[in-house]
Amino acid sequence: MKTLLEGKHLSKTYKEAAGTVKALEDVSFFIQAGECLGVVGESGSGKSTLARIVLALETPDRGDVRLNDVSLLQMKRSALREMRQHIQVVFQDPTSSLNQRLPIWRSIMEPLDNYPHVTPAFLEEVRHSRRDTAAKLLEMVGLDTAHMDRYPHELSGGQKQRVAIARGISLAPRLLICDEPTASLDMSVQAQILQLLKSLQKKLGMAYLYISHDIASVRWMSERMLVLKGGRIVDQFASNQILSKDRHDYTRQLVEAVT
Amino acid sequence: MGEPQYVKAAVFQRPLRLGLRRSLLRKPSLVLGMSLLTLLVLFAWIGPSIVINDPLTAQMAERLQGPSWKYPLGTDHLGRCILSRLMAGAQLTLGVSALVIATVALIGVPLGLLSGYVGGRFDAAVMRLVDGVSALPEFLLAITIAGFLGPNLANLVLAIVMVKWIGYARVVRSIVLSEREKEYVLAARVAGSSLWTILWRHLLPQILSPVIVLAALDVGKVILTISALSYLGLGVQPPVPEWGAMLNDGRPYFQTIPELMIYPGIGIMIVVIACNLIGEGLRDLLDVRSR
Repeated sequence: MKTLLEGKHLSKTYKEAAGTVKALEDVSFFIQAGECLGVVGESGSGKSTLARIVLALETPDRGDVRLNDVSLLQMKRSALREMRQHIQVVFQDPTSSLNQRLPIWRSIMEPLDNYPHVTPAFLEEVRHSRRDTAAKLLEMVGLDTAHMDRYPHELSGGQKQRVAIARGISLAPRLLICDEPTASLDMSVQAQILQLLKSLQKKLGMAYLYISHDIASVRWMSERMLVLKGGRIVDQFASNQILSKDRHDYTRQLVEAVT
Repeated sequence: MGEPQYVKAAVFQRPLRLGLRRSLLRKPSLVLGMSLLTLLVLFAWIGPSIVINDPLTAQMAERLQGPSWKYPLGTDHLGRCILSRLMAGAQLTLGVSALVIATVALIGVPLGLLSGYVGGRFDAAVMRLVDGVSALPEFLLAITIAGFLGPNLANLVLAIVMVKWIGYARVVRSIVLSEREKEYVLAARVAGSSLWTILWRHLLPQILSPVIVLAALDVGKVILTISALSYLGLGVQPPVPEWGAMLNDGRPYFQTIPELMIYPGIGIMIVVIACNLIGEGLRDLLDVRSR
């Protein structure tokens, strides 16, 4: 398989009033096309920082991120903008990741509106009409197209997260970053969203960087896993080896906490 | 998925709209302020067609008269109808203050947006300017600028604008600083939205309601500043009727005919009260927490 994205020796330090916080320290990983890499860690382990660096929302102090062997950090502004269509995101809390003042179909269409030349295969028949495109995307994430003109506050948490997912897949990105996509949802809804994400991955052939504190969901979603602790990778393994004897003590603690 | 949630969402719409109307009625200050302002607008623009005296014609034979059918509030030291001058003055005061507030918002809001979102050197430059101007008392600075530019209405407006945009830039910037890290802005960046789209579609709507409130509260202050500068002779020049200038005209007669100062004084007071009531009412109404 081809390596899609590679992070090399990433480090990031934040300055705070109380001193400096090391969010990431020498983190290296790779994601192959079409696979799901899971990242587990408690809050403060640097998971979200990792997501933001890969999304080119923040620059690491040291290290490099390469998409198809091209460094994101050395890209000019216009190249970076073109690159963004290939890496999309679903954030943790759909209430804050959707603009409360826009009807949901406008939020869904924002990426496609910004890249008018992009037409994913699954949208070929509807791309001529913005509303038909939004309707098709809503359908793909299992939402009634009648919701199209509603505002985020009129939807439930799970429905809002589906909207955010529709926006995330709209450009048929090669990599979708899921930063705790179920953490703000009810248990019953969490399972539905995970199912949806998994079936979309299969259907569209996207790679995932799936980040969560919930080791069970990461295990279920991913083929390989990284365990982050205090900004460092303490363990990495194929997800079906999670119960193997070679696991790091910290990984075992995380597993024991849920079983 | 679908049916049950859809029904729930559909029902949800109606109480929301009703709720807005109800909360509007529950804000007596807003209703009172709006009514006062409406009356003032009627007074300024409809009034002159009922009391038909020229606010500028001096008639020395009829100076300093008491109330009569022809001059309902009497005449001033040059024999001009006080009521007509109050009406014409209201037009000027309301018009100029609206102009000032609009200009100030048009300068302060974009600068604050850019400054907060782009940051870096642009932000540093704007903020040093803001700090520099706000280190001096606002009114003193306006007097200096108006005095330096020469006394007339255009310079008066310019002076107030130069001092006032600061507050708007600062408020907008501070809101943008906290909003720019929120996930909907990050999501827009990931979606490839341009700086313009993010500012216009995502951030501007967030700052609009605080700016409206600030503007409504500021109208009162601007009117006081215009009147004060005109009173000092730096603003509107005679014979143009402006409330502050009318106060100044009436000053020598304060001992004998205090009405010359009382009427424009009451006018200023009513406008300022109306604007403050509207501002406070809007603040309560637009503040999500108080709903």
